[in-house]
Amino acid sequence: MARMKFLCDAERCIDCNACVTACKNENEVPWGINRRRVVTINDGKPGERSVSMACMHCTDAPCAAVCPVNCFYVTADAVVLHSKDLCIGCGYCFYACPFGAPQYPKIGNFGTRGKMDKCTYCAGGPEADGSEAEFVKYGANRLAEGKLPLCAEMCSTKSLLAGDGEIIAQIYKERAVTRGYGTGAWGWVIAYREGITM
Amino acid sequence: MTRVLARTRFFLRVLAIFVLLAFVAPLHAQQSRPVDPNADAVTEQMLLEQARRIEGWIAIPNETAAVLIQPAGRTWRYFHEVVLRWIGTIAILGMILLLGIAYLVVGRLRISAGRSGVKMLRFTPFERFSHWLTATSFVLLGLTGLNITFGRLLLLPLMGPDTFTTFSEVAKYVHNFFSFPFVLGLVLIVAMWMKDNIPRNVDLVWLKEGGGFIPSKHPTAGRFNAGEKLVFWLALAAGILVSVSGYLLLFPFYVTNIAGMQLAQVVHSIIAVLFIALIVAHIYIGTLGMEGAFEAMGTGRVDINWAKEHHGLWLEEERAKGHMPGPVSPAPAHPAE
Repeated sequence: MARMKFLCDAERCIDCNACVTACKNENEVPWGINRRRVVTINDGKPGERSVSMACMHCTDAPCAAVCPVNCFYVTADAVVLHSKDLCIGCGYCFYACPFGAPQYPKIGNFGTRGKMDKCTYCAGGPEADGSEAEFVKYGANRLAEGKLPLCAEMCSTKSLLAGDGEIIAQIYKERAVTRGYGTGAWGWVIAYREGITM
Repeated sequence: MTRVLARTRFFLRVLAIFVLLAFVAPLHAQQSRPVDPNADAVTEQMLLEQARRIEGWIAIPNETAAVLIQPAGRTWRYFHEVVLRWIGTIAILGMILLLGIAYLVVGRLRISAGRSGVKMLRFTPFERFSHWLTATSFVLLGLTGLNITFGRLLLLPLMGPDTFTTFSEVAKYVHNFFSFPFVLGLVLIVAMWMKDNIPRNVDLVWLKEGGGFIPSKHPTAGRFNAGEKLVFWLALAAGILVSVSGYLLLFPFYVTNIAGMQLAQVVHSIIAVLFIALIVAHIYIGTLGMEGAFEAMGTGRVDINWAKEHHGLWLEEERAKGHMPGPVSPAPAHPAE
């Protein structure tokens, strides 16, 4: 089985937000929910850097560890998913998540934030693959159709890579070697406890 | 002559260019290696060494989303999963164990002189209402709060995921909404009892003489003894801390950022488990631990002999004020509470 990961090649990200748009459209997420976002560091200054970020589907995911009702589960492809039927919307996963991935449909208080929503790696949820119920709650299940997450598929500069960790790490390494530089895979050490060694 | 000079100059210039090229060419060849055009660009490692989290600019109007990476989430997770569970278990079970030992060793503290059958008012109905308002809210808040930390370990395997989610959802609402009566009760208690809880010299004597835990000794006290005063001030301090941190948690990110939210949860949970341990002791001494104590908050009236033994100064003050204990219908030796 593959170990699915995301990798954002920050040398290539141009902050076009195509990944964000692709995600929103493919999964029909409501207003205010951003499963994926692009953050620009040192905006407008020398050394500016943009990074596209969503759930990294961490190894030993912190969200799953702190969830008071244990609503998370990990698929055979190492994708971290959750059940909205079990989620109580407490917000603890957001405190534990190193990447700010969990989203809540309402801005209300601790009790009224609604069920948590996050990037599913375009892999739906616990409902039957490709079912209407699954789509309404979690969005598309492209993985079940043999397709990768749409954000990475639609990345205009192929900055955002999705797929088996070893394969995308190899692609990144080849790129970095060819062009002679690279700032590494953002978030990998924190998410997977391993960077990409050159 | 000028033509010769011009030619010589031209020749020298050409020579100079060739000489220069001879030096420059190898340098140029070395530089054909790709230059990192972003050599001054920030790296993840560099940013994390500078600050505790990586923040930037984001196109959406959600400032919280501008935090790209916050490794502190891992630390908070460790606190929540390991540290808090140990502190909570040790504080609460430790206190219960301690009280169990106290009960076995010292036993129930009896009224030495027995019941007189004469009772006098200790707490007015409004005081009792305030106490029970706070107490009921506290018990509900405590149990529903413990569910967030320990429910997954203890109740989830018993209830199953669906039932446990329903239970936890209800518990969460109970926790949220009972915070308001709790704070109201706390404010009322503080307003009513603050002046009687100011430490006095007699409190030191009370503490030196074993705080009434030595059955042969009955150190005197005012309306509240040093033990009760300790509970009062600790409850006030803990109450303020849990309320402030609790309302920060109740309205996430309204006033603080991710680090503030994590800190609020840390303060809220540590203080809460210590507060629960304190109140477990308070409940013990008010019920099982001492004969004649519960009725002060139950019916509001205490036996005169109990008052003499535990709150002698207060009894005298009440007498001086003319609040004489009225004759009471002959009470049974051990009234049912």
